[in-house]
Amino acid sequence: MSPAARLDATFAALADPTRRAILARLAAGDASVMELAKPFAMSQPAISKHIKVLERAGLIARGPEAHRRPCRIVAKPLAEATVWLEGYRRFWEQSFERLDALLEDMKLDNARTKRKGERR
Amino acid sequence: MTDKKLQIRPQGDRELVMVRAFDAPRSLVFQAYTRPELLKRWLGVFGGWELAVCEIDLRVGGTYRWVWRNPDRKQDMGVRGVYREIAAPDRLVCTEQFDDPWYKGEALCTVAFVEAGGKTTMTVTMRYESTETRDGVLASPMEGGVEQSYNKLAELLSTMRW
Repeated sequence: MSPAARLDATFAALADPTRRAILARLAAGDASVMELAKPFAMSQPAISKHIKVLERAGLIARGPEAHRRPCRIVAKPLAEATVWLEGYRRFWEQSFERLDALLEDMKLDNARTKRKGERR
Repeated sequence: MTDKKLQIRPQGDRELVMVRAFDAPRSLVFQAYTRPELLKRWLGVFGGWELAVCEIDLRVGGTYRWVWRNPDRKQDMGVRGVYREIAAPDRLVCTEQFDDPWYKGEALCTVAFVEAGGKTTMTVTMRYESTETRDGVLASPMEGGVEQSYNKLAELLSTMRW
């Protein structure tokens, strides 16, 4: 897979809240499919499907034991995704926070102008 | 409360999409995006940087010229482009090219403003020359080990609500 295709696969896999919850759980330690299914109101086959998506995206790996096959998180693709986002995000987050403040000022100005107009 | 989390994601081979909500009608957000005196108050204006030059000829085929300046570091960073489409307050399309190119060639920037209940969702789509360029734009010099990436994981997951 090219770096771009890998990034796409990572983001596609992360686009689902159940899969993000599974990853968050695995960040705390390895777990079996049964253990992972427990907190969700979902059948084990449904959870297995999500796990397969995560596995195909290379975000998790599964142990070799025939019965339990515990899942574990694979850090590298996530590290790539976070590093990729960091610098760009910082610039825009800081800019948009300032824009939030500016918009509040503009709303106040508009309200003031409107009140003045009504008084006339 | 408006969810003001910034969402950034790749789209297709060479696009990058950024979504952010604002607690204001879109006419105001559009103004804040297109009027020099307003842009100078928010765009990239932090960490010692100011938007020293901000010239805008807001018409199709008109150009813009912005220069950020950091007096302490004695540094300038300039960008210019051409407006391709202006449909206030819905949509704005322009090209983007930096003086000191930190990515190759020109990018096409489309900004869409959608209003609902007095709040505005802004979607910025950047299209770059190639996949390599797109990915290069987002590659940060930050060094991250495995541990650091775990720390970032929770933050990343919480910002991704699509």
